[in-house]
Amino acid sequence: MASNTEMAPLSPKGMGSDTTRIRTSSPIARLLRRPELGALSGVILIYAIFFAVAGDSGMFTIEGIINILQVSAEIGILAAAAALLMIAGEFDLSIGSMIGIAGVIIGLSATVYGMPLSVSFLIALVICAGIGALNGLVTVKTGLPSFIVTLASLLILRGLAISITRYVNGYTQIPKITQSDPDSIVISIFGARIGQPVFAWMADHGWIAARANGLPVVEGLPVSIVWWVGLTLLATWVLLRTQFGNWIFAVGGDPSAARNVGVPVHRVKIILFILTAVAAVLFAATQVLAVGSADTLRGTQKEFDAIIAVVIGGTLLTGGYGSAIGAMLGALIYGTVQIGILYIGIDSDLFKVFLGLMVLVAVLFNNYVRRRATQER
Amino acid sequence: MTPIIELQSVYKSFGTVVALQDLSFAVYPGEVHCLLGDNGAGKSTLIKILAGVHPPTRGTYLIDGEPVQIGSPRQALDRGIGTVYQDLAMIPLLSVTRNFFLGREPKIGWGPFARFDVDHADAIVIRELAEIGIDIRDPSQAVGTLSGGERQCLAIARAVHFGARVLILDEPTSALGVHQAAIVLKYVAQARNRGLGVVFISHNIHHAYTVADRFTLLNRGRSRGTYARSEISRDEVLHVMAGGEDLSRLEAEISRLGEQKRLHG
Repeated sequence: MASNTEMAPLSPKGMGSDTTRIRTSSPIARLLRRPELGALSGVILIYAIFFAVAGDSGMFTIEGIINILQVSAEIGILAAAAALLMIAGEFDLSIGSMIGIAGVIIGLSATVYGMPLSVSFLIALVICAGIGALNGLVTVKTGLPSFIVTLASLLILRGLAISITRYVNGYTQIPKITQSDPDSIVISIFGARIGQPVFAWMADHGWIAARANGLPVVEGLPVSIVWWVGLTLLATWVLLRTQFGNWIFAVGGDPSAARNVGVPVHRVKIILFILTAVAAVLFAATQVLAVGSADTLRGTQKEFDAIIAVVIGGTLLTGGYGSAIGAMLGALIYGTVQIGILYIGIDSDLFKVFLGLMVLVAVLFNNYVRRRATQER
Repeated sequence: MTPIIELQSVYKSFGTVVALQDLSFAVYPGEVHCLLGDNGAGKSTLIKILAGVHPPTRGTYLIDGEPVQIGSPRQALDRGIGTVYQDLAMIPLLSVTRNFFLGREPKIGWGPFARFDVDHADAIVIRELAEIGIDIRDPSQAVGTLSGGERQCLAIARAVHFGARVLILDEPTSALGVHQAAIVLKYVAQARNRGLGVVFISHNIHHAYTVADRFTLLNRGRSRGTYARSEISRDEVLHVMAGGEDLSRLEAEISRLGEQKRLHG
């Protein structure tokens, strides 16, 4: 044992080194490691089924597709932010109530207090971001599960939204929000339909369905779809190509290990709670400004829809692993099934049955993929 | 030669519990200094002081002969003291590259568009690991797919890459099989040969005696002395590690039980 200071340099394929037993990872193995894989297979499967069953029912006309995309976009805006938060190991159950209170703030500021719509939107953004920060702060400082903390927020915010609106307005709806400021820029940012000339042109040529007056049934692409795609791409870029994205994965994977190498765990989580709240405000804005009215019950149960889309999209409930693209595909599955079930003419109440089964299958599949991803030695 | 890090007459207590008393300890460049002692002997406290997790209650901490106050692990790191904890600070689901650079991601680009330079990072990881004989197939694979020895080496390589001059290794081989442990021990010896100081904590006498140049034996928060390997035999080290007299008593007791079994069986 005296000679061990004269250690020979190690050869990469040294005798007994485990490198001799290694197989290189094939492109298929790499593909299997992607969190989106399950959701992508799901999308393909579901479209195959709907093509077979409802291919000629009108589901795949431009109206049908826009309907699907619009439903998917609304869930998807929330899911993009919820995915980042879940990858960081936390939940936000207050998303739905946040949508309600954001709508109420926009509505009351514009109608009762006569603010311009853009100012109303900014007020909602600031207040809700503050509430999001509070959600995060309470979660990291108390060490309570975010499930409990945001469950409390779910109740508190919904109760406040209803009670404030009733106190100020006399009843729980706020109509005619966009009337005083119909040309506001925020309407075109959140509530408009884009590409209207193109759609009109297509209707003129008889390519898409038109009303009796010659205008197309679908006037344009809802701008929420653009938000959905944009937010998903942004979230994906952050996750895969920025330092902050690396921290999100680390914080969800092992908070104490992350802290040991200098990652500001609390700060990362609080920022993500704020982002989720901001996504809820965007959702509220797309609804309120497109429809022109707010309802205190808006957004009820949207927190679950967002979580469902994220989980179907391959993100682990326990954090540390997941994808924003997956959440987008999860939202697309949600929207496709919800609209598609109307076209195939079966009881639409079965939608929830299907969704429940889908979540169960997705989680089982995710667990399988994760085991493969981490134990292929 | 000046030690890279040195503790002089350090005393550390947590409330009423005295963890270390009048302890002096030094690590020179190019040596593996093995810290031995039973559970509760004060090994963890000692390395936490060195790593900047706890300040000493009394006594002096010197780096390159200069007295210093280290307030956080980050400061210790900045002064070249790299600690590899038992749990490795590695995240199993995260890729090799992402783990390696976690908290110190190389960036390209400007302002809000600065991005994590993944390709550059991948290239560094492949090079660093090839240098220590780990042929990594794909730096984007999860750390969970690496063997225990590879993971340990990755953690050490990370500390070295980010400028550690002293490595504090907390039980680096305790959870490993013979083969995996050998990989780690070879790497520790390589690091030592490159002039790094290594503090090596172990329960395993075979691992410790294989790689160490000097031993410091701890017992109940006090040093029982520091010995060069030539001054102390494997059995003597074992004797102290196992708690000295306790072991002789235990052996006597067990042989008595054996006698009884023979008589009654």
